[in-house]
Amino acid sequence: MQRDSASFTLLVATVLCVACSVLVAGAAVALRPLQVANKRLDRQKNVLLAASLIERGKADSDTIKATFGESIERQLIDTTTGEPTTLEDAGLEENYDPRDATKKPELTVQIPAEEDVAGIKKKAKYAYVYKVLGEGGAVEQIVVPIYGKGLWSTVYGFLSVDADGETVRGVTFYEHGETPGLGGEVENPDWQASWVDKSIYGDAGEVELSVIKGSAGDGPDADYQIDGLSGATITSKGVSHMIDYWLGPHGFGPYLKSLGGEGAGTDG
Amino acid sequence: MAEPTAKGVLLKPVFDKNPIALLVLGICSALAVTNKLQTALVMAVAVTVVTGASGAAVSAIRHFIPSSIRIIVQMTIIASLVIVVDQVLQAFLPDVSKQLSVFVGLIITNCIVMGRAEGFAMKNPPDLSFWDGIGNGLGYSLILVIVAVFRELFGAGTLLGYTIFPNAIDGGWYVVNGLMVLPPSAFFIIAGIIWALRTWKPEQVEPEG
Repeated sequence: MQRDSASFTLLVATVLCVACSVLVAGAAVALRPLQVANKRLDRQKNVLLAASLIERGKADSDTIKATFGESIERQLIDTTTGEPTTLEDAGLEENYDPRDATKKPELTVQIPAEEDVAGIKKKAKYAYVYKVLGEGGAVEQIVVPIYGKGLWSTVYGFLSVDADGETVRGVTFYEHGETPGLGGEVENPDWQASWVDKSIYGDAGEVELSVIKGSAGDGPDADYQIDGLSGATITSKGVSHMIDYWLGPHGFGPYLKSLGGEGAGTDG
Repeated sequence: MAEPTAKGVLLKPVFDKNPIALLVLGICSALAVTNKLQTALVMAVAVTVVTGASGAAVSAIRHFIPSSIRIIVQMTIIASLVIVVDQVLQAFLPDVSKQLSVFVGLIITNCIVMGRAEGFAMKNPPDLSFWDGIGNGLGYSLILVIVAVFRELFGAGTLLGYTIFPNAIDGGWYVVNGLMVLPPSAFFIIAGIIWALRTWKPEQVEPEG
């Protein structure tokens, strides 16, 4: 066969494609367990960051695992009702992962369009919130997972709420595909620090906390406002909407309120 | 041109035919990943591995590659290697991988890699092509590391995350240079390196007119 003949060209292309796909697929499959472990660690790290239990960039994986094991208690929540539940009652395995569950139809619920302010269409029926236990086992903070549509991508994060169920104690965003330098600034630690001590619910119990355009300043509502990210209006709105959804009546709102009702720090 | 030797192709691209300083290739990633030394080092290693391995692979099958699809064949090999490198980084260096984000994937479009595959590996045996790829990777790495050292040291007062100049915000004496954190500073530093290199080796100066 001639080197430049059509049949030889096709043969070379086919062999090359098969060889390359085997290489790529092999690497992906072989490295998957490590990558999954890294993802889990990254999520644990971000729960701890949101709760300010570790300092950014200062904790190694052992510290993260130890701190997580010591101070965090997972609580499964039925996201359709906002009620706490257990793995047994929900009929789930020990290794249940809410992020993976959104890919399984039997474990997801569709969100009606009029409720779906965060633009996520469906959610896992069960999700974990993380109770941060202080000395003596009293709950000090509740870290809830939040996610929603930004400009290009779904932005994932954790929000830590004080045991009173009303005050923000910290926030992190750990996965997104927003534009670096603009929407990607959701990762900015300084911006995330500006969330601390903001109030979530207004007098009527509705979610008042929002990311506004421009600067929150000292106005009467400043307590409920977070500076918008400049050059990232749609990402800022997306973050605002995901707060609205996940802390509202269809998200973790009922659960957080149930804690607030019992008084700060008394829930074991 | 004399017959290329392994030592020659390995060392020449570092100073004499530096891919960034002389050929001005691969500038995009040099701007993007150099604000910290750690990311620059990982990126440098990643590019070096890809240029070396793709050079060897392309060269090994160069007698079988039909000329009509040779660019696509090179791209396929390079792209596969880049994905493997990306997967390895995600598995073993997740934090760095997160910071490098799309730029690992963009090694595929780094002109240095394609340039060496088309310009050298298609005409030379695999061992030489491998060393040529490594050499060009080293040339790229050298510039990246110099730029990153300047940018991290003057932009944040640290090197590899360790404090060298105590920061004024934390009570030290060094006021950080914000410009160094931004991508344009890499342009200035690369220009400075090219100036220094061409003063040292005047034969690299392009003839005027």
